[in-house]
Amino acid sequence: MNLLELKNISKIYGDVKALQNINLSVGQGEWIAIMGPSGSGKTTMMNIIGCMDKPSIGSVILDGTDISKESSKKLTALRRDKIGLIFQQFHLINYLTALENVMAAQYYHSIQDEKEALEALSRVGLADRAKHLPSQLSGGEQQRVCIARALINYPMLILADEPTGNLDEANEAIVLDIFKSLHKEGSAIVVVTHDPEVAQESERTVILEHGKISKIKDNNKSEALC
Amino acid sequence: MKMKRYAFYLKMVTSSLIRRRSRMFVALLAVAVGATILSGLITIYYDIPRQMGKEFRSYGANLIFIPSEDKSYMDADSLKKAVSYLSPDDIVGVTPYRYKTVKINEQPFMAAGADLAQAAKTSPFWYVSGRWPQKEGEALIGQEVADIIRLNAGSQFFITGMTANNKPFKRGFTVSGIVQTGGSEEAFIFMSLADFENMAGGDNAIDIAECSVSVSAAELDRVSKIINENVEGVTARPVKRISESEGTVLKKLQSLVYLVTVVILLLTMICVATTMMAAVAERRREIGLKKALGATNAAIVAEFIGEDVFLGIFGGLLGAAFGFVFAQAVSINVFARSITFQPLLAPITVFASIIITAAACFIPVRRAAEIDPAIVLRGE
Repeated sequence: MNLLELKNISKIYGDVKALQNINLSVGQGEWIAIMGPSGSGKTTMMNIIGCMDKPSIGSVILDGTDISKESSKKLTALRRDKIGLIFQQFHLINYLTALENVMAAQYYHSIQDEKEALEALSRVGLADRAKHLPSQLSGGEQQRVCIARALINYPMLILADEPTGNLDEANEAIVLDIFKSLHKEGSAIVVVTHDPEVAQESERTVILEHGKISKIKDNNKSEALC
Repeated sequence: MKMKRYAFYLKMVTSSLIRRRSRMFVALLAVAVGATILSGLITIYYDIPRQMGKEFRSYGANLIFIPSEDKSYMDADSLKKAVSYLSPDDIVGVTPYRYKTVKINEQPFMAAGADLAQAAKTSPFWYVSGRWPQKEGEALIGQEVADIIRLNAGSQFFITGMTANNKPFKRGFTVSGIVQTGGSEEAFIFMSLADFENMAGGDNAIDIAECSVSVSAAELDRVSKIINENVEGVTARPVKRISESEGTVLKKLQSLVYLVTVVILLLTMICVATTMMAAVAERRREIGLKKALGATNAAIVAEFIGEDVFLGIFGGLLGAAFGFVFAQAVSINVFARSITFQPLLAPITVFASIIITAAACFIPVRRAAEIDPAIVLRGE
């Protein structure tokens, strides 16, 4: 069974069709990349996959639940339990330390466990920066804290929005290595990116144009037109 | 190590307050200023009767003791018993008087024997040219008497008359001072009770006693009733003209302060709500992020309310302290008297600050909790 299925979804804002007839599935442990120019509907698609919005038409099945029919309260619970979010701007809570930022995700999910949160930070190589505030961390370090926070509740799907967009090459490599390791461990990953090198690391690249999927590229095999 | 949920909640709330202190300072200032004015005005509101009561006492006695209808005078013991029904802390002064018609140069005048030290307290409005009698044989004469018999301070004069036993007396006095009151007192010759008794006889007899008490008109009526029921030979009568006008002025003054307090309360709430609205608007992205991480609306509201409770506590404590300073300054400048610190007012101010802050923040926070979590992905 697929972890995520988008069936004929469209998102319409007044006269604007942000997404049109999107069909896409993401298998368990699969890593896909979504690419496209600005205004192509990437963010709208991310919002829908991330349970932060619902499609105007069509259905979205996440781990067997049709999220297009759920209330916002239920969507919050689904997001909390099944999705780990990684942002381009990192979005750490500026008055909490790195460790507390990771624990905040535990707090909203279930029980805070400092040891587990420290382990998550160790995994991204930041155990020694646990007590630092975001303002005391570099961009790359902040992104790694953001990844640790996304992983802490063992999500089924990691949803990353331009995770390397604000990083230098060295930090980009570190983050991609973490993604590779997560993928090896069986995590499903959806990455929105402008960077072809980042997309190349995934198994499939979905190209969006004008709210439609124009191309799906199998990064291990040949291109497939949609 | 597993951490208890409320412990992390407290950590988040206190971290937000401490690590964002420059932002929180503005909100704290708004709460503290409001609490200061509120606490100060409440202190003044409750202290006004005490302050004004003392102020009103400069208008003279507000309670008089006269003999019961069947008697021509009161004895000193009955008067003492009647006075014992009043709280010693409230009594400004009690002046017993004795009166007798006497003659000076064959012209009739009214002589009054009084406890002159007490008279100075019960009648602070008397204006004395010269000085109050201090020695035996000294008298204070009214301006009217001085004009008729042409006496000045230091002049000597003789009083003649009949004692209580109908024996003639003649006694010499020295004028220590001339009293001006603008009232009937100017036609009197005042001397000490001892001089009066030596001159006219009649020990222990009191014709009237004036009493100045620092209590409300209602309390004065209540105590008078008790005295009239329990003390034989003495009738207590509140001086309605004074006690009721005092009550009216006090009521109006308290109503004014009450109104100002309510207006300040509303302004404080608006000020705190505006500050909090700005603080919440500034934290839209943080709220969106928390919701994206799975925080429920209730969790978001609880965090903000937690911060507001802390602000209310600190603002309230500052308000209670500065409110007393504010009330003290007002009291000293307006009434020229200091006020006493009311310990109960501190917890009341803190509690009121918490409620006001939480109430003022509830609507903006409730609305903030509705923020779309997608704003974090849109990079707003």
